[in-house]
Amino acid sequence: MTDATDIKLKQQSGLGEFWYYFTRSKGAVIGLFVFALVVLIAIFAPLISPHMPDVQNQSMILQPPAWMNGGNGAFLLGTDAVGRDILSRLIYGSRFSLFIGVVVVAIAVASGVIIGLIAGYVGGWLDAAIMRVMDVILAFPSLLLALVLVAILGPGLMNAMIAIALVDLPHFVRLTRAAVMTEKNKDYVVGSRVAGAGWARLMFITILPNCLAPLIVQATLAFSAAILDAAALGFLGMGAQPPTPEWGTMLAEAREFIQRAWWVVTFPGLAILITVLAINLMGDGLRDALDPKLKRS
Amino acid sequence: MKKLALLLAASALASAFATSAWSKTLVYCSEGSPEGFDPGLSESGTTFDASSKPVYNRLVEFKRGTTDVVPGLAESWTISPDGLVYTFKLRKGVKFQTTDFFTPTRDFNADDVIFTFDRMSNKDNPYHTYVNGGDYTYYSDMSLPKLITSWEKVDDNTVKLTLTSPNAPMLADLAMDFASVMSKEYADKLAADKNMIQLNQKPLGTGPFTFVAYQQDAVIRYKANPDYWDGKQKIDDLVFAITPDAAVRMQRLKAGECHVANAPAPADIPGLKGDKSLTVMEQPGLNIGYLAYNTTQPPFDKVEVRKALNMAINKKSILEAVYPGIGEIAKNPIPPTMWSYDTKTEDDKYDPAAAKAMLEKAGVKDLKMKIWAMPVARPYNPNARRMAELIQADFAKVGVAVEIVSYDWTQYLKLAADPKHDGAVLAGWTGDNGDPDNFVTPLLSCDAVGSGNKAAWCDKSFSEVVKKAAEISDKAERTKLYEHAQAIFKAQAPWATIAHSLVVLPMSAKVKGYLQDPLGSHRFDGVDIEE
Amino acid sequence: MFSFILRRLGLLIPTFIGVTFVAFLFIRLLPGDPIIAMAGERGVTPQRYQELVQQFGFDKPMLLQYFDYLRGVLHGDLGTSITTKRPVLAEFRNLFPATLELSICAIILAVALGIPAGVIAAVKRGSWVDQALMGTALVGYSMPIFWWGLLLIIFFSGYLGWTPVSGRISLMYFFPPVTGFMLIDSVISGQKGAFLSAASHLILPSIVLATIPLAVIARQTRSAMLEVLGEDYVRTARSKGLAPFRVIGIHALRNALIPVVTTIGLQIGVLMAGAILTETIFSWPGVGKWMVDAVFKRDYPVVQGGLLLIAGIIMIVNLLVDVAYGFINPRVRK
Repeated sequence: MTDATDIKLKQQSGLGEFWYYFTRSKGAVIGLFVFALVVLIAIFAPLISPHMPDVQNQSMILQPPAWMNGGNGAFLLGTDAVGRDILSRLIYGSRFSLFIGVVVVAIAVASGVIIGLIAGYVGGWLDAAIMRVMDVILAFPSLLLALVLVAILGPGLMNAMIAIALVDLPHFVRLTRAAVMTEKNKDYVVGSRVAGAGWARLMFITILPNCLAPLIVQATLAFSAAILDAAALGFLGMGAQPPTPEWGTMLAEAREFIQRAWWVVTFPGLAILITVLAINLMGDGLRDALDPKLKRS
Repeated sequence: MKKLALLLAASALASAFATSAWSKTLVYCSEGSPEGFDPGLSESGTTFDASSKPVYNRLVEFKRGTTDVVPGLAESWTISPDGLVYTFKLRKGVKFQTTDFFTPTRDFNADDVIFTFDRMSNKDNPYHTYVNGGDYTYYSDMSLPKLITSWEKVDDNTVKLTLTSPNAPMLADLAMDFASVMSKEYADKLAADKNMIQLNQKPLGTGPFTFVAYQQDAVIRYKANPDYWDGKQKIDDLVFAITPDAAVRMQRLKAGECHVANAPAPADIPGLKGDKSLTVMEQPGLNIGYLAYNTTQPPFDKVEVRKALNMAINKKSILEAVYPGIGEIAKNPIPPTMWSYDTKTEDDKYDPAAAKAMLEKAGVKDLKMKIWAMPVARPYNPNARRMAELIQADFAKVGVAVEIVSYDWTQYLKLAADPKHDGAVLAGWTGDNGDPDNFVTPLLSCDAVGSGNKAAWCDKSFSEVVKKAAEISDKAERTKLYEHAQAIFKAQAPWATIAHSLVVLPMSAKVKGYLQDPLGSHRFDGVDIEE
Repeated sequence: MFSFILRRLGLLIPTFIGVTFVAFLFIRLLPGDPIIAMAGERGVTPQRYQELVQQFGFDKPMLLQYFDYLRGVLHGDLGTSITTKRPVLAEFRNLFPATLELSICAIILAVALGIPAGVIAAVKRGSWVDQALMGTALVGYSMPIFWWGLLLIIFFSGYLGWTPVSGRISLMYFFPPVTGFMLIDSVISGQKGAFLSAASHLILPSIVLATIPLAVIARQTRSAMLEVLGEDYVRTARSKGLAPFRVIGIHALRNALIPVVTTIGLQIGVLMAGAILTETIFSWPGVGKWMVDAVFKRDYPVVQGGLLLIAGIIMIVNLLVDVAYGFINPRVRK
């Protein structure tokens, strides 16, 4: 019992320490701020977007942004090829990007951690088999593997997310396994085992919390990578399907207008870049704050 | 950076002078890579553009810019009174091309013709299966295995074709790309070298241009055939710059990197038309996009229901949204540029109220149906998904709930061909040879149920009429029969005919003498460039 | 050392078998029927369908098909493309030099800019130079490169007209491929301006493909340098009054480069993923675009063979990196 309270205390002070280090990095704070903004935009999309994302306005096709010659105040960032408001589509698109990030990371972390724990804890042939399977996944370029997987599952947002999660899986498995292997023979684990803790308790309650730091950092990286990969798949026509206002899909649709209407190409990409950049800034901050040892990797 | 750009520009200019002084080069930005160079093995227009059109000739040819059949390698021909025997007199002194990979020792003769068709029909010909998985699909698609009894060599300059039954479209079939005449001497040499596959990689024929080189997925090069029997071409070099992306193709055209660019995106057409340095040609395509009801499935087995649904479709708005500036409304199953097209046909008029009443009268209430939308853009339907959504909205107005379904393209073709499929299918067709038979028989006859007849519509009287029309050769009489067939079709309404699309081809204003092919291919014989 | 290489190879074999199995299985799982895909819109008669099923061996039990396939792979037969009817291996050999040329240019660009940027940032740690460099690196790292490529095309090819729109060399030049590398072949051909033309076609795609590796290398170099600069012997060297250039250039950089070299080697997977997008945008006739096209055209043998070849190359490169790392750093040899 005393063990548990000790850990709790440690965690609390750890949180304070973490926040202290995290806020010391200007980039991380900016990243957090922008990311929070994107989250708010996604949540309140129906309230703030000036138009519906799917409504086509046949008389307002390819209107330039409001500040340009011929721009229209009603369409701040212009309209696309079928007269939809780009700003509104970008606002609604933030929902998809965040959703993609959350789902992919959730799937990859949950399954990756479980598989990694098992591999690391059980060891032996099971460990070897799992790690060879992970090697196989890692042997393919991630985007190519995701592309073929989506072709198998059928194009669509959900399938794209599953494919990306699968491609991300080995990183979490390896990380968890490595952490478990170092932790498993430490005194506190051995102590718990002697005290009669079951394997599940050992794995999830005793060992796992002590491997969290690198996992959180990796999860942040995976979050931004998932958004990029989903956008790339959408761009190749294998992700979210039109008319979904997913940013990558918007770019794919916009491609045919690159010489006529730069705005339909520029803004969705900018939205992707800003969101991913914010998350990566946060990720750097998290890494520095969570584990000074990881600072340099 | 600026200096570098200047340097690049200067060097490009210098070398431009260096090469253009003695050669006229036409660059065509094509939409994709050819599958190979043996036109017999292919069904794709991209492959024909790159193989049969420049490199080969056929016994008979389509006159440039028309679907009229004119003499090609056959100078003349006679048809026996019963319509069963065709005798072709071959042109003399026609030379096969001389290239760095083959030098012919003899002129074109009857052996080449026999070889060409024997390799398609005779399972024992070594060239019948020389390409793994390659198939002479067009030959069998045009029902030639059933129609042709034999090809015989009478003498070096005469060949005789015997049919099992009279067939009016036969000459047009022989003008098609798959019937391109190959060199037997070249094929024999490749067989002796154990390198038969080269026949599909380095083509050699009698055509206006000689194949020079193909760099996969990038460039195909040809030069004018100096020995061409119809005279050397005005341009010296022909280059296909393979550019799959429509936007990039148009950019290259504008940048002067190519002279002719295929298949512009509909959105770019107004901009291209506004460009003074370009000519934009357009022509109605030989195609049709339609919605085929499954006429074996209730309630679509009732004519009134099909008619009512046809009246509920607002084709005008479909045209604007799916074919912006590149289509016209279809009322017949064959396109208006085809002979025997019945201009008198009256289209179902758009009238949702009347349609609703008709459905009620037919006892159809709360109908739920599926509409199939193909997952790919086709020449006859650039955006099936959007079309399905519009029809869905139209049908909702008459109380019919539509679920849009789609499958992987290959799956789609397979499932839609099955007469047991559920609902109505968006489909289409592009003509092969300019004969009306090429539309009505594969798409609407009883024999085509289970393959091309996606409405699974078997109307005895219709099938008989089109069968008869294919057997006689008098064009006036055939026209009458096809007009009759169109009337039956319209009365029975197995399809909602939606649209015929336009074929748009932008090119540099310097290109002279280009004629658009109604069959949708791209030919550069007879074309010139103004310096 | 020898046993270390052997051990690595031993790990590689089950992975490679796994890769063949995955590539094989994927194709069987892809929706759609390969024979229907071959036949196209006009369909195929049931009789001919059966013939083709037999010809391709699709009627055999799955396991037997797999062993047939494996035997083919070991004999260098990766099947025949459905669309072009040419051997997959021959197509790959034709197209791979284009990808390789682009990748080499990109990695040179990434190393040439990334290492100095990382070193400068580490030396000037905390200064505005460091912040600007690392900020830029993070932007590069976060870049959706397909969009980046489109922007560069709009600006440099469309607006300024400085660079060509797509392709590997101006259509004016024509010479037979000798090495498959346009830069080298253009020199061999001796045609005036050909080299410059080939180089100008490479500029934008290389920049796009180099973006992410450049960012990764710059960040990695900086942190490796920081670590080394903090170590005793460097401090000692500094305190002895050695010129900063000597300290940084000779002592620190040499040691810092070890992990950086590994990073560079591991970028091959990133490069291949990037090549898929870059080649698609620039119509670059390489294996990346070839694979994307094959996935869309349902050209099963190409997807299968391409996956295998690309995975094989990545595995070999990773092995070489491992071995090289083992040479430099004996500790990892265990």
